[in-house]
Order: sequence, then structure tokens, then C-alpha cells
Amino acid sequence: MDYVIIGNSAAGIGAVEGIRSVDRVGKIALFSREPYPAYSRPLISYYLSGKVAPETMYYRDPDFYLRLQVEASLGREVQALKLEDKTIELSTGDKVPFDRLLIATGGKPITPPIPGREYSGVSTFLTWDDAKDLGEELFPGIKVVVIGAGLIGLKATEALVKREATVTVAELSNRILSAILDEDSARIVQTHLEEQGVKFQLNNTVAEILGEEGKVTGVRLQNGEELECDRVILAIGVRPNLDLVRDTELKFNQGILVNSHMATSVDDVFAAGDVSEGYDKIYQENRVLPILPNAYKQGFTAGVNMAGGSSEFQGGFAMNAIGFFDLPMLTAGIIKPTTPGFQEYIRLDPGKQSYKKIVLRAGKLVGYIALNTVDRAGILTGLMDQEVDVTPFQEHLLKEDFGYIHFPKELRSQRLSLRK
Amino acid sequence: MKRVYAREEVCMGCKLCEVYCATAHSEYPLDLVKAFLKQKMKPLPRILVEYNLSISFALQCRHCDEAPCTKACITGAMQKDSVTGIVSNDERRCVGCWTCILVCPFGAIGRDNQGHKVASKCDLCSNVADQTDTESFSNVPVCVQNCPNRALQFMDSVVEGEE
Repeated sequence: MDYVIIGNSAAGIGAVEGIRSVDRVGKIALFSREPYPAYSRPLISYYLSGKVAPETMYYRDPDFYLRLQVEASLGREVQALKLEDKTIELSTGDKVPFDRLLIATGGKPITPPIPGREYSGVSTFLTWDDAKDLGEELFPGIKVVVIGAGLIGLKATEALVKREATVTVAELSNRILSAILDEDSARIVQTHLEEQGVKFQLNNTVAEILGEEGKVTGVRLQNGEELECDRVILAIGVRPNLDLVRDTELKFNQGILVNSHMATSVDDVFAAGDVSEGYDKIYQENRVLPILPNAYKQGFTAGVNMAGGSSEFQGGFAMNAIGFFDLPMLTAGIIKPTTPGFQEYIRLDPGKQSYKKIVLRAGKLVGYIALNTVDRAGILTGLMDQEVDVTPFQEHLLKEDFGYIHFPKELRSQRLSLRK
Repeated sequence: MKRVYAREEVCMGCKLCEVYCATAHSEYPLDLVKAFLKQKMKPLPRILVEYNLSISFALQCRHCDEAPCTKACITGAMQKDSVTGIVSNDERRCVGCWTCILVCPFGAIGRDNQGHKVASKCDLCSNVADQTDTESFSNVPVCVQNCPNRALQFMDSVVEGEE
């Protein structure tokens, strides 16, 4: 069996490990546009701040490809998919045949058509090279405007501040981190970042990037205000990288449509990770879930099925662990319902900068925010994942010391005693 | 694999397991007094006793077969040993992002904020055995060895209703 994997991040690596859990001998050819062995994308901000050294950026040990017998073509770009011929075509023109194909091409940054986008000094922040290039240009006091107060924009901001940059963040929404926090919790995090010197422009965005002689010199905001700056980082968001898919018969919506086996609409072709649209068990529909744990699990599932085993992706949901300047937060699922049928409960401790919120629907936990009160929050994630009816003990869920002691005895012994 | 199972019906809530666990994972793994008196930072246990007025039990990493923490780890630091089955965290690679805490359904991973910020969890005393070169640790974890009422048991599996 000849396997071809396009992509070398969490989903691609998960697929390698999934295939090898079933098939020790089949030939695995893996292609990656970037020249590096698999590294951890979420670590690029840690790399930029200096917290993580180059040798600890890697997602797997140095012998990984050799040990799992993977022919890794790193820095070789795939140009086209010829699914009807069961081959892929490289940018060099070479053709590579496959019996089973995995598309794990991840996401690409959304780059809105802001005038001035082409000036040097304007960049995105997604890859290791992005972080390396940015790092080389930093100097104490450099002025940076970050467009977008999401996860990527704010992790870049934190690293930049640690490198003594002066950062202004422009965000169209009324709050920072709007995908994972509600207004009250976002305000706590915003204040914390402001105390570190970060400036925010909310309900506002960059209307135009200003430059001279091809180089960025500032930005003009939507409200007319102008800010001087030396760099602009575009961090509006990421969408599935469908470049290879558009000219094929593969069905896609926001991302490539997959079933619970991670199989696409074309036989022998699978997709996983940020490029795919898998089942979200909280929203109860297919959604792009661009988070690393999901990518790895989907990749592993795809790999097992590609190799003739049987594995089902039971569905995932949005979840994030993130923190800024020692203020950690864990969030999952629906954190700010916009339709009826939900109950929200909140415990706020402003003195401790802590905020905990749980969201219930029909007796089940469907979302939470745990800001600066993260210990053991995974128990809540587990209750969401296992779709447990929490009605019998819901009054305990917000407690700081919430634990298995609050579970009904039967549920507790079921969870704790038999774990094969 | 062998795991630690708690019998809440005989647990007294004395927390000796926490004390011995903290010691075993301190700078003085063989000396309880030194661990608590000499180490600059308070030694942290990797087992937690949950209790209220009527019941108590200890809980630590279950070393799950399909361990969510190993799949979710963003650095690759959290790994399950394919031979021993032990889930352990390579603290040199851990950056303290707490994704493992986000996904551990047992709440069995702690935060060690003393020094380099890392996730801290039960290793069934395997690292302690390596560091101290004493075999006694690798055979039976210290929490089990020092449980005065044998509420903690180290065994292959527990079947419902079986002693």
C-alpha cells in the first residue's frame, strides 16, 4: 500500500502514527512546503519571545521519520491533485502515485484587501519563518500594530512586548478574544494586557496601511486616527487552505467535508486537521475546528482508516488553553449563547482576576470559561465530551474545588474504578 | 498495566499519600523531613485527596490507554511509553500552556509554577526510581506503599464488585 500525506503538522504526524499502528510495511511519502521537520505551530510565539529554543520547537523526536519509515520530502511543494489518476503533482512537475491520500494542508491566514498591504514590514504570523523573520527585525522600542485581537494576534503581542516592542492592537469586535471569551472575562484580560503596556483600539480597525518608499510607516484607523509604526501584523484569522482542492471534485464547504472516518467525498482520499470540516458534537453540525488536539486526533483516525483499520472520530468541539503574562485561561464549547435554550452561571472574583462561567443546555454542559481558575477544568471538558447529564450535581460545577467528590457515587465509581 | 486504584470506603482522608508523593518527587526523594524543611519551594504532590464530611479518596493520573493529554500536547512533551504504558511529561519540552489540564477528564494534571512552569503529574514513581537508583520505587508507587489502611491498591484492573 502506498500512502501519500500532504502536510507535516499535527494532522499529518497523527496520520503517520495512525497508519503505523495498523500497517508497519506500507510506503508512506509525506510532503511539506516548509523545510523543517514537524514543529509545533503554537510554539512560534514562544520562540519569538525567546522562551523556546530552536531545538525544542520540534513536535517529535529527531528519529521520528526514520523510526516510522516515512519518506519525508520537506520543502517540496505539491502543485496539483490528479485524483482520477490517483497521483499528486509536485511543483517540480514530478508525479507521485498513491493508493490512499491524506490532505492535511492546514490553514492559511486571512489577508483582507487593506490598502498598503504590499508594503514591506507587513506580515502574517503563522509559520516558524514568520516568527524568524519578525524576530530579526525587532529592536527595543519598535512600534508594532497588530490587526486582530484573537489568539494569534495576542500571542504575537505578548511575545513582542517581551521583546520590548510597543504594541497597539486594533480589533473590529467590541472585545478581545471574542471567539473564546465573553465581555466580562475579556475585560479582565484586556486590563491585564494594558498593565503590560499594550494599547487597544476596539470597535475599530485599520482602514489603510501607510508607507513611504515601499516600507510601512504607520496606519490610518477606521475612525480617522493615524498611528506611526514600523511593523504591521495581520492576525485577522485563519481559514482552511483549499488551494489544492478547488480544481478537484472534492466536496468542500468552509473546509473539506469529511465523514466520521475522515474520508472525503472521493474514494481513498482523506482529510484531517484545519483544512477539514469535521463533526462538532456541541454545535451538532460539521464545522472547521482549527485546534491542534483536534488535528492530531483527526489525523490519527484518518491514518488508521487509510491503513484498513477501523476508527471513528467521535466529534470534537472548540477548546483552547491560552494565557498572557501569567494569566491563564481554559475555554470550551459555546461560551456566549445567542439563541434561547441555554442557562449560564457565573462566578466572578475581580480581586483574583478570576472568572468562571458554565453554559448548560438541556441538562448538559455545553461550554465554559475558566479564567485564572484553570485547575482541574478538564473535568468539565470531560463532562462535555461524554455528554453527561449534570443536573444532579450542577450546583457544584462553579466551585473552585469542583471534583469527582461532587459526582453521584455511581458515576464516580464508573469513571474511577474501571479504566482499561 | 498496573494502575493505582482508590477504595473510598476505606480511605481515612489522612493525606499521607500526598505527603509521600510530594517527598518522592522533591529534591530529597528519600527523606521526608529534608524534603519539607530544606527544599526552597514547598514540595508538590502529584496525587490529590478529595474529601468532604462523609467520604474521601485519592486521585491521580489514570495512565489512560487513549490518553487525551498525549494527543492534545502542543509540544510533544506528554507521551505514553509504548512498553510500560506510563504517561509522562518531558519537563524540558513542556512550556506550561495547560492544554493537558484542559483535556484531562480526571483533573489529574497539576501546575508546577515553581521555577520553569510545567505540568506536573503522577509517573507511578518511575522517574523517582531512575533518579534514586532504588528498586523499591519502581515496584510499588510510594502512595500505595504508605497508605495506612490499604485504601490505595496497585493492580492490573478492578472489576466492579470484586475485592
